[in-house]
Amino acid sequence: MKKNPIEKQVSKETTGSHGMPRRDFFKILGSGIIIFFHPWSAIDLLGLPADQARSLPKDYNAFLQIAEDGTVNCFTGKIEMGQGIITSLPQMMADELNVPLDKIKMVMGDTDLCPWDAGTWGSMTTRGFGPNMRAAAAEARAVLTELASVQLGVPVTQLEVKDGIVIDTKNPKKTVSYSQLTKGKRIEKFLDVKPSVEDYTKFTYVGKSYMHSDAVLKVTGAAKFAGDLKLPGMLYARILRPPSHGAKLTSVDVSGAEKIDGIKVIHEGDFVAVLHENRQKADEAIVKIKAEYSFDELPVNDRTIFESMVKADSTVRVVRSNGDLEAGRQLSDKIFESEFHDPYLAHTPMETHTALARLEGEKVTVWAGTQSPFGLQDNIVRDLGFSRENVRVITPFVGGGFGGKSSSQQGVEAAKLAKMTGKPVMVMWTRDEEFFYDSFHPAGVIKIKSGIDKSGMIKLWDYHIFYSGTRGSETTYDVPNAVTTSYSQKREAPAVHPFSTGAWRAPNNNTNTFAREVQIDIMASAAGIDPLEFRLKNLKDEKMIACLKAVADKFGYVAGKTPTGRGIGVACGADAGSWVAHMAEIKVDKGTGKVQVIRVACAQEMGLCVNPEGSTIQMEGCITMGLGYALSEELLFEGGNIKDRGFDSYEIPKFSWLPKIDTVILDRKNEPPQGGGEPAIIAIGAVIANAIFDATGARLYRLPMTPARILEALKKV
Amino acid sequence: MEEKITFQLNGKKTEALIDPSQILLWVLRDHFGLTGTKFGCGMGFCGACTVLIDNTPVRSCQLSVGEVAGKKVVTIEGLSDNGKLHPVQKAFVEHDALQCGFCTPGMVMNATGLLLKTPNPTTEQIKAGMEDNLCRCGAHVRIVEAVKTAAKEMKGGK
Repeated sequence: MKKNPIEKQVSKETTGSHGMPRRDFFKILGSGIIIFFHPWSAIDLLGLPADQARSLPKDYNAFLQIAEDGTVNCFTGKIEMGQGIITSLPQMMADELNVPLDKIKMVMGDTDLCPWDAGTWGSMTTRGFGPNMRAAAAEARAVLTELASVQLGVPVTQLEVKDGIVIDTKNPKKTVSYSQLTKGKRIEKFLDVKPSVEDYTKFTYVGKSYMHSDAVLKVTGAAKFAGDLKLPGMLYARILRPPSHGAKLTSVDVSGAEKIDGIKVIHEGDFVAVLHENRQKADEAIVKIKAEYSFDELPVNDRTIFESMVKADSTVRVVRSNGDLEAGRQLSDKIFESEFHDPYLAHTPMETHTALARLEGEKVTVWAGTQSPFGLQDNIVRDLGFSRENVRVITPFVGGGFGGKSSSQQGVEAAKLAKMTGKPVMVMWTRDEEFFYDSFHPAGVIKIKSGIDKSGMIKLWDYHIFYSGTRGSETTYDVPNAVTTSYSQKREAPAVHPFSTGAWRAPNNNTNTFAREVQIDIMASAAGIDPLEFRLKNLKDEKMIACLKAVADKFGYVAGKTPTGRGIGVACGADAGSWVAHMAEIKVDKGTGKVQVIRVACAQEMGLCVNPEGSTIQMEGCITMGLGYALSEELLFEGGNIKDRGFDSYEIPKFSWLPKIDTVILDRKNEPPQGGGEPAIIAIGAVIANAIFDATGARLYRLPMTPARILEALKKV
Repeated sequence: MEEKITFQLNGKKTEALIDPSQILLWVLRDHFGLTGTKFGCGMGFCGACTVLIDNTPVRSCQLSVGEVAGKKVVTIEGLSDNGKLHPVQKAFVEHDALQCGFCTPGMVMNATGLLLKTPNPTTEQIKAGMEDNLCRCGAHVRIVEAVKTAAKEMKGGK
């Protein structure tokens, strides 16, 4: 039998360091060639704590598969929820592998098929996951080129890859395609020397604008979300919920529900659910259950929470410190003290938490709208006693997340009910449940004491964060004496946040940027210096300076000492590795206190911009969503009762609020790509607050800036 | 309880033996498998479940199936013509007027109804007509532009 020359070549190169017998390099395992690579930098890039890193499955680094027909299946534990990575990740992969963009197929958020991932949040996909996927592709390209070298009988250095075809540069008729090389074989091979990823100058797809690749599916209704799936014999479930957080079920009478034909009632301890193959029957049944609760009412409400945070027995931590605060006070000509309040917010994705679970023998499969399929898998293992290999989570399209689908209780509920009934079960939260069980953006208090000298240079920055997190709390400006202190939950003390809190688009940065940028504006005004000029003279961060200059240019900014009466604001900040600066023009109706935002301009520096179209859309989305936390969104609660349970009282941005939006991306092609899903939201509260001051002389320290609060502030002018 | 309800669904005469008090949204989704019509709030506040009934955009979560007897119901699945996108759908794609896509079917149906009633809308009329369809991702600016483009194409094309 003639020896396969490819096999020989590969074995020669790979047996050295790994000592694997030759026959192990080729394993015929279905179609496609799978390239494994070492997780050399994944842990660092994902920023995981060590304990979580240990839970990474050994085979998680299978990022791509080249099928016989030339399709490149790319696997990611990340999910698509509107942020557009289903479009931008293929751009990176196509460039790195040198294959046509339309050959890339994304397989996302399937725990059986995809490499482990903590979750889709923190604008981490492009900057954290991207380099790993690119590295996998670079190694695949190198291995395939080696195989081609043997097949074509020419040295690797004489080969180039174009559109998935390896070409002999000296004899361009001599070619072999990736799929001809793989021939359905699977190779397990590690290169000793990791190939470098492609230089940006070689990119064909990265850096160019591509429209959403899932748009046609979404405009025709063909895109499948978790709630759109159907299995034979499936039941729709409704679960009995307490009237408030902290309420305990004391008695329950399910007899009314049991009278409904075909209903299945589950009652196990505090867990009561009704299931029916017709969901409207389940809806009918749940309201027929009579339940009584005992209340352990929480003492705080949406008005008293801020005081309770400042007074709480907290863990105090100095986040960063430079210089000496006393020296700063001595150097300051004017000192300013402010206290800023930010309330709880709901995520309100348009798709409520939804999951479908199916039990087959010992194995449960859950289709869920989640930002963390592997996190949901862990929770099902933990709560329901399945072994990990018997839990598969599959993530269809996700109808918005914004941080709120990071924990996926509904997936555990569906799996639990599937286990209890033996039937496929769908759990689709009502809007009421979505509000009640949300992991809210945490309320917080920021206290700042700052000082400037006679020339308007900031000399003192004493910054205190109570219970809202440190992301975005960097001093940003060049201040010689600056200390940032954080006050957070003390382990043994009573819980300060009365209910679950979590990440809400650019978590905590909105709070910190609001406080910092309003404080800067206060000082600029007191110094009699234009707010843009004041920022520029106190900044050394070149990226921040570049963004401010770019936004001023785009906006057509004319300097003035605030309040000018024009209603123009400026604010800036950094998030997820990117820098942003905003300018806004607003109008205030002094009779009603209502604000109309006329226009917003934003400049963003995000390293190399992979998809300018997608990034622009994210900036527009951030600006539009930001209007909500700036002007209307605030979760009202009394004791453990969440008073906002629907869009009737919790108002999110609407079409009539729309400003004209202008965006600029400062593309830095020679720098790594950074986060784009969150940065442009961070300064919206501040830019509007500063514009309100410029229009009226009224200073707002409390989000959201509702008409009532603006009228109140106007009284003090 | 169950009755025979006859109506036109996406251009076809349709009969269903069904309890007429069942909510149209769920009948469309669960009985007919037309899952493009979405559940967003079930209270008529968000517009994700918008369908056209006799060319008027209606919240299908606020209507029973009995109420559409004898009427023409069009869902997102019935908007395109043999695979050819409706001008509103095409304009949404061209303007990238969506992100997560969950509100999109309702947006498209509401915009279609708006343009059937007001073929030459001003920007203000578009905003007012779309006002009560909620989008959390913030695709609004592009949706307004998409509706403008669709208006032009519908005037020229049909």
